Amino acid sequence: MSTFAAVVLFTGVVFYAVLGGADYGAGFWDLTAGGARRGRAPRHLIDMVLAPVWEANHVWLIFCLVMLWTGFPAAFAAITTTLYVPLGLAALGVVTRGCGFAFRKAFTATEHQRAAGAAFAFSSVLTPFFLGTVAGGIASGRVPSTGGGDPLYSWLNPTSLLGGVLAVLVCAFVAAVFLTAEARRRGYHGLRRYFARRARIGALAAGFVAVAGIGVLHADAPHLTHGLLTRGLPLMIISAVCGLGSLTLLRHAPPRVAQACAVGAAATVVAGWGVAQYPYLLGDHLTIAEAAAPAPTLLALTVVAAAALILVVPALALLFALHQTGDLGDT
Amino acid sequence: MLPAREQMAFTLGFHIILVPFGLAFTFLMLIAEYRGLRRGDAAALRLARQWSHVAAVLFAVGAVSGTVLSFELGLLWPGLMGRFGAAFGIPFAIEGLFFFLEAIFIAVYVYGWDRLRGRAHFWTGVPVVIAGVGGTLSVVAANAWMNQPAGFTLRDGRVIDVRPLGVIFNGAFWYEALHMLLAGYMVAGFLTAAVYARAVHRDHTDRHARLGLLIPLTMAAIITPVQIVVGDIAAREVFHREPAKFAAIELVPQTGTHVPEILGGYYRDGEVHLGLPIPSGASILSGYRPGTEILGLNVVPVEVRPSDHEITVAHLAFDVMIGAGVFLLALSAWFALAWWRHRDVPGGRWFPRATIAAGILVVVALEAGWVVTEVGRQPWTVVGHLLTRDAVTRSGDVWLFFAATLLLYAAVAAATVHALRVLRRRWHERGVGPPDVPYGR
Ligand code: HDD
Ligand code: HEM
Ligand code: HEM
Repeated sequence: MSTFAAVVLFTGVVFYAVLGGADYGAGFWDLTAGGARRGRAPRHLIDMVLAPVWEANHVWLIFCLVMLWTGFPAAFAAITTTLYVPLGLAALGVVTRGCGFAFRKAFTATEHQRAAGAAFAFSSVLTPFFLGTVAGGIASGRVPSTGGGDPLYSWLNPTSLLGGVLAVLVCAFVAAVFLTAEARRRGYHGLRRYFARRARIGALAAGFVAVAGIGVLHADAPHLTHGLLTRGLPLMIISAVCGLGSLTLLRHAPPRVAQACAVGAAATVVAGWGVAQYPYLLGDHLTIAEAAAPAPTLLALTVVAAAALILVVPALALLFALHQTGDLGDT
Repeated sequence: MLPAREQMAFTLGFHIILVPFGLAFTFLMLIAEYRGLRRGDAAALRLARQWSHVAAVLFAVGAVSGTVLSFELGLLWPGLMGRFGAAFGIPFAIEGLFFFLEAIFIAVYVYGWDRLRGRAHFWTGVPVVIAGVGGTLSVVAANAWMNQPAGFTLRDGRVIDVRPLGVIFNGAFWYEALHMLLAGYMVAGFLTAAVYARAVHRDHTDRHARLGLLIPLTMAAIITPVQIVVGDIAAREVFHREPAKFAAIELVPQTGTHVPEILGGYYRDGEVHLGLPIPSGASILSGYRPGTEILGLNVVPVEVRPSDHEITVAHLAFDVMIGAGVFLLALSAWFALAWWRHRDVPGGRWFPRATIAAGILVVVALEAGWVVTEVGRQPWTVVGHLLTRDAVTRSGDVWLFFAATLLLYAAVAAATVHALRVLRRRWHERGVGPPDVPYGR
């Protein structure tokens, strides 16, 4: 029962990492798109692609939080009393990102748009970084079961920094693949090349950091490394294959296939973390079963998850389908 | 403890102003669209479309400010979440479901104007309204649970068993939830009406502005009397089930009969100062006769008695809410009378002024209502089970976080106001349509 709840929670994490991550990554490319004139076309595409979906993608974060605090309340309290610095910064980053994006659309004066856009873009890079450090702190066992761990070293440590940097790069990579596909769908060939180039750079950077990261993890979080290289290995291999696949397919295959590969690459990295850590929720000291809420609560969460499957997934599919067929115009 | 409370109160107080826009403003938008489709009324359709743009901006701010609240439940109140998350969290899990539906369909609605025609477009707005109601019921269920915790079994201070339905349908659920739901609809109604009041006064024939005033004001005027009945029921329920809170909001130092209803005033050292007493008012209102006995603050054990300051704040907030409610009722009656007699909004300079005042007062009532519930519950976070001082975080410097939040929220508030003004200017100049220059020329 508790394992099932943990799987539901982790599924939420994977969805947020991929869908929310692609939105953050788009902010990364927005940030690096250059001045107002040069960056105009890519920013416009980013805007059209994100506007109708980012809020729905964002709800996955809330889903994760709620699943965590209801299903595993003690672990939630331990995490928040230890990692409050990056979590607090991420919370403020979420506000800045969302408001910056919404306001940029509403404003008309160039300098206002630029200020709102900068707020959106900067926080789109910082927020996944902080969330990545949180993941690193949890994975490397720096969150004590009773909470109140070191407020600085719990997230300023090799694994956390690796997590933060990897999060930013993976987001950027997934976003670039998505944006390439969207540019192709809309027949913007210049932008397609623009983002394809960036997808390649993103993939190389993410791949490089991931491989170098194994060395870091080996020294800093041996338990996690062991899990990754044994149980997690198949997932890591799939991730690498998908990553390479999405790059080669970027030019010729239908956009959807390249997108699916990028999703696969990102999702399996996150899932690999979960599998590597199993059966522990925090590092290698608090198990899922120990942290779990009483059975009726877990049952209630299961019912909610089932309802989500029946109600939310089709609705999300409808949203994405309408979006991809261009039925959600900019108003 | 102080900074955490201030931080929570401030961010919730901010978030709650946006809630009525996701919840009830979307309903107004649907009424306008329905009318537009039904009668081929172009002005109504244009209004619906403009409102959907407003809703899109405010929904974004509401969503992210709500996310901050979710983080804060852990960052500020680990004692609450760690110990009671298994029970308290359930309504939030359900809420998450509604948020998904709301965020999805509001996107389809807002961005679907050009491609989805007529009825199909209208129907994509319906789930938004339903999900808004569901979301509100769920969050308020969580809040009501803190007032009247139910549906769980404790052993050695740990929650060992949970009855999810008992948690959700706790004793305070139905009246708190209904009261908040109606409050959300009132806020959206009066606030929107306030925006159009002056334009209608200036030009009585401007159909667009008239609809912008009439749709929300009619809704709000219908709901206000119902809200006052529900509030009255809520007060009586609190009298029966939360005597300590009732004693605080009614300012009752000693148990007794013939308790006066005190307007204004403050509480210090076991006594009421200033304030205008209405003889036996509180007794009559709670039990329909002067002889009704009301428990006083003296029966609350000293260790868990709210401070003088908290008692005063809860009491004054209650008075403010009721005062605002009475004003809004009077305005509704005035409007209803004029409509019944002349099929028109009341003429004269005072009606638009009163409507604008109502737009402000309804938000004041909303905030005051939450202060009554929250401050009136002190020193408990979960009544009878968890004191606020045990719920609060002990880590880090919350003042710093609070300062950063204040700065950020001030910027967000200013930008929100600016964005709404820009939208309005754009409609004046070019009508509803896409912004022409994306980000820099
Ligand atoms: C579901 C949870 C929830 C909801 C819907 C609300 N609150 Fe609350 N509030 C809490 C959960 C909470 C809390 C985290 O549990 C606190 C902290 C200590 C306590 O007793 O409750 C709290 C404290 C708290 C305090 C401090 C009390 C004091 O210092 O004496 C204020 C002023 C508010 N809140 C105000 C609000 C406002 C303006 C709300 C609506 C917008 C609101 N609360 C809704
Ligand atoms: C501790 C208290 C609260 C928490 C943790 C909370 C959490 C949230 C979150 C995470 C969101 C964003 C959802 C999205 O992305 O769409 C949100 C929005 C919303 N909240 Fe709150 N909330 C709280 C208080 C309230 C209250 C008191 C109400 C109503 C009575 C309410 C009603 C809503 C509604 C209707 C929305 C969606 C509409 C909008 O965003 O404008 N919330 N809330
Ligand atoms: C005039 C008659 C009214 C009465 C007698 C009344 C009574 C009450 C009472 C007793 C509570 C406390 C409930 C609790 O702690 O469990 C409350 C809360 C509240 N009131 Fe009112 N109220 C009135 C009008 C209003 C109006 C006009 C609004 C806003 C438009 C409003 C908004 C709220 C809110 C938001 C709360 C907190 C949440 C809740 O309990 O649902 N009230 N009210």
